[in-house]
Amino acid sequence: MIRRLAVLLAATALVAAPQAQAATVAIVNARILNPGAAEIPSGTVVVRDGKIVAVGASVATPAGAQVVDAKGGVLTPGFVAVNSMLGAVEVSAVGDDIDVKTPDLGAAFDVQYALNPDSVVIPVARLGGITSAVVTPRAEGGQGGAGEHDDSGAEATSGAPSSEHAHHLFAGQAAVIQLARGSDMLLKPKVAMVSPFGNAGAKVAGGARGAQYVLLKEALADVRAYMRNRAAYERAGYRDLSLSRADLEALIPVVNGQMPLVAVANKASDIRAVLKLARDENIKLILTGAAEAWRVAPELAAARVPVILNPILNRPTSFETLGATMENAARLEAAGVTVAIEGNSGAHRAHEMRYNAGVAVANGMTKGGALAAVTINPAKIFGVANRVGSLEPGKDADLVVWSGDPFEPLSKPHLILVRGEAQPLRSRQLDLRDRYLDLNRPMPPGYSY
Amino acid sequence: MNKVIGTAVAALASASLAACATTASKPPADKRPATSQPAAALPKGLDPAAAKDPFPSTYRALPGQAVALVGATVLTGTGTQVDNGTVLIRDGRIAAVGAGLAVPAGYETVDARGKWITPGLIDTHSHLGVYPAPEVQAHSDGNEAIDPNTAQVWAEHSVWPQDPGFNLARAGGVTTLLVLPGSANLFGGRGVTLRNIPARTVQDMKFPGAPYTLKMACGENPKRVYGGKQRTPSTRMGNVAGYRAAWINAADYMRKWDDYRAKAGRGEKADPPKRDLQLDTLAGVLKGEILVQNHCYRADEMAQMIDISKEFGYRITAFHHTVEAYKIADLLAKNDICAATWTNWWGAKLEVFDSVEANVPLVDAAGACAIIKSDDPDLIQRLNQEAAEALAAGRAAGLQITEAQAIRWITANPAKALGILTETGTLEAGKRADVTLWDGNPFSVYARAQRVWIDGGLAYDRNDPRFQARSDFELGLEGRR
Repeated sequence: MIRRLAVLLAATALVAAPQAQAATVAIVNARILNPGAAEIPSGTVVVRDGKIVAVGASVATPAGAQVVDAKGGVLTPGFVAVNSMLGAVEVSAVGDDIDVKTPDLGAAFDVQYALNPDSVVIPVARLGGITSAVVTPRAEGGQGGAGEHDDSGAEATSGAPSSEHAHHLFAGQAAVIQLARGSDMLLKPKVAMVSPFGNAGAKVAGGARGAQYVLLKEALADVRAYMRNRAAYERAGYRDLSLSRADLEALIPVVNGQMPLVAVANKASDIRAVLKLARDENIKLILTGAAEAWRVAPELAAARVPVILNPILNRPTSFETLGATMENAARLEAAGVTVAIEGNSGAHRAHEMRYNAGVAVANGMTKGGALAAVTINPAKIFGVANRVGSLEPGKDADLVVWSGDPFEPLSKPHLILVRGEAQPLRSRQLDLRDRYLDLNRPMPPGYSY
Repeated sequence: MNKVIGTAVAALASASLAACATTASKPPADKRPATSQPAAALPKGLDPAAAKDPFPSTYRALPGQAVALVGATVLTGTGTQVDNGTVLIRDGRIAAVGAGLAVPAGYETVDARGKWITPGLIDTHSHLGVYPAPEVQAHSDGNEAIDPNTAQVWAEHSVWPQDPGFNLARAGGVTTLLVLPGSANLFGGRGVTLRNIPARTVQDMKFPGAPYTLKMACGENPKRVYGGKQRTPSTRMGNVAGYRAAWINAADYMRKWDDYRAKAGRGEKADPPKRDLQLDTLAGVLKGEILVQNHCYRADEMAQMIDISKEFGYRITAFHHTVEAYKIADLLAKNDICAATWTNWWGAKLEVFDSVEANVPLVDAAGACAIIKSDDPDLIQRLNQEAAEALAAGRAAGLQITEAQAIRWITANPAKALGILTETGTLEAGKRADVTLWDGNPFSVYARAQRVWIDGGLAYDRNDPRFQARSDFELGLEGRR
């Protein structure tokens, strides 16, 4: 029989959060795990005005700083969630803001306008150590902003993707957010363009891969033509182009090599085809889905194409993922590919990304590699490494103090800072839990908070 | 803590297991004398009483030998942890479990120092085989979504034994699973309890003597599926009317057969009722032979389902998904109903909005039977991790929970919900030797199953490719070499 502790609701935060008004905070006595750096068994992180100002084993506590004792807890950068829907969904079946169903809009679709910092999903993700997220349009076939579990017994999707999604070569543009409480969450908009490849890419192009590549090349050629002949286009003195004006504009940074294209592809042959396309078109590529990426690892490393993956996916769910294995991350790491690890859904189960990192380690990835895969790698991939992803002076003070190994389910966060501000270690879920801890109260639960 | 565990298995038998034990001890139906003389004239397939097990199990245990696992941390599934524990396996059964046991002659010794041993894991909610990989339309065999009542369909008739997911689940330590139909319908059909061994036919996997189960579903799925077809049910009140009408029909059907048998028994002229597969299943529930597994998320709906069960005189064995079980944990305990759920799946739809991660520990603390299940071919490979997440949430809620208690959520309690606790689910002398050897604490994300025994036969060995089964589908594929 499980026994209840005498004090149920005593403050469980063993690490006292800094006061909001403190300009300078020194977190001392922390075991510091910083991607790409040696572990600091007991060190200090100094935060001033929302930024990290010092990290090290022998950093002096500045005069006047508020000291927060981490009591030997593990301090990591906040995690950067990828393929996320955070801020753009509350209840999946009720609707979300990460795909469009109009045939007139694709590349120009921009998730940044949907972002809601008050979403009840965000505190749950944050309690998983996530302090920023790449909100990503959902491409045909469900990847990009990932799908949710269907409890009616999953219906087949891989062979016959839903026709509800945007029938378009381009799913739209991603944005990076920070999960701070308050109104200001957009860190950087327009960080990447998303496109489906493989079966899903074939589907949006009318049913065959050969059609998709022809249409894609045509679209990219149209973007370049539009760039060269804007004036004529505006006078309506130019030939018809395959995309709307808004889509053409949105794709200019892609053909210029400034905005990366997130290609959703799983099969080795599809990955090779998209690598060639990127080479031919001089496009900067990010690969996601990537079930068989390990089979193309040397080419991905040579082309310096980073890979976003979910390390738990090991089933041959379609003829595109026959080579799926939980060793995908480890094999890519060994080949020198930059890897980012995602959670198990775009939003509600995003916080499982830390467990997924653990699964990658259990299947051969290094612990340091897995830490990078949930912090600095996604930050670099999406061009926000100057702000987040590691503990370095000048970066935003987005960090978490954990009770232990952050990949272990039995560890939990004791302190979460976003831009130096302590975030509440609460969620709607915990409010519900506490309301029903005692079922024998004289008054109905509706009277308790 | 360190004593030998040899509790008589029989002592664990509960009333709900009677059907299982009875079925197991009976000779095959066709060798039995007919229940009434005139009925003997009825062809077997037309008499529900004569054809209780028309697709009998042909399961045979994998070959095994006497094995002693020595020096491990053993979580027995009974709430006990045995340090420096030895598990003796012989003739397919657990011979003994205890600290520092001497290994008798004739046993192969496995050095398990530094490792952990648990009962083989049991998943009470799987769709492996009925929604197999690859997940193409041709394989979509889990929801007979053409009528809100399809109690006549049996999941086993959809199970594809070559689903690669079975092998992957075994590598996650899973030795037994309940494969259920989907939840599009109020009555989805019968589930089937399987031994997780590679097999050519589903009959080769069927757990001998395990009772049948009936999948029922509350809430959004049935009303969405049929409301969308402009049919009833399109509301929750329509759902409830549908359940009640079905139980009335089932009771009427039972009465007709009883009347027929009574008349025939007296030698009076009597026409046998027409056999109805749908009503056979529902009648099996009313007779206590078939266990109800009820997909139901919300607390208020579960309370109504309990009232319906009392109105018609049947028992609900387990609620599934049941993310609001913590709101009525006392009610579940009082009615001896298991709650089978995940730890942190939520938000997919509105009836899954009130999930809390501490759900399972709170249900357990209230004295009810708490279960972690997968409903998912990926999660089934990491039931231990899902249990660890629940354990952490329970501790954070102020509950004192040991690993030895938490392991019951994926071993003993699921065995209870499937009516097979007398056979498996704990490491106790006399039970089937369903055993998972872990390379570390199974509540660590880094722990992996090293070896898995089912009925004492080695079914999986992470370090020996000879014991890593692959399905026919996986042969000859470049990517899976």
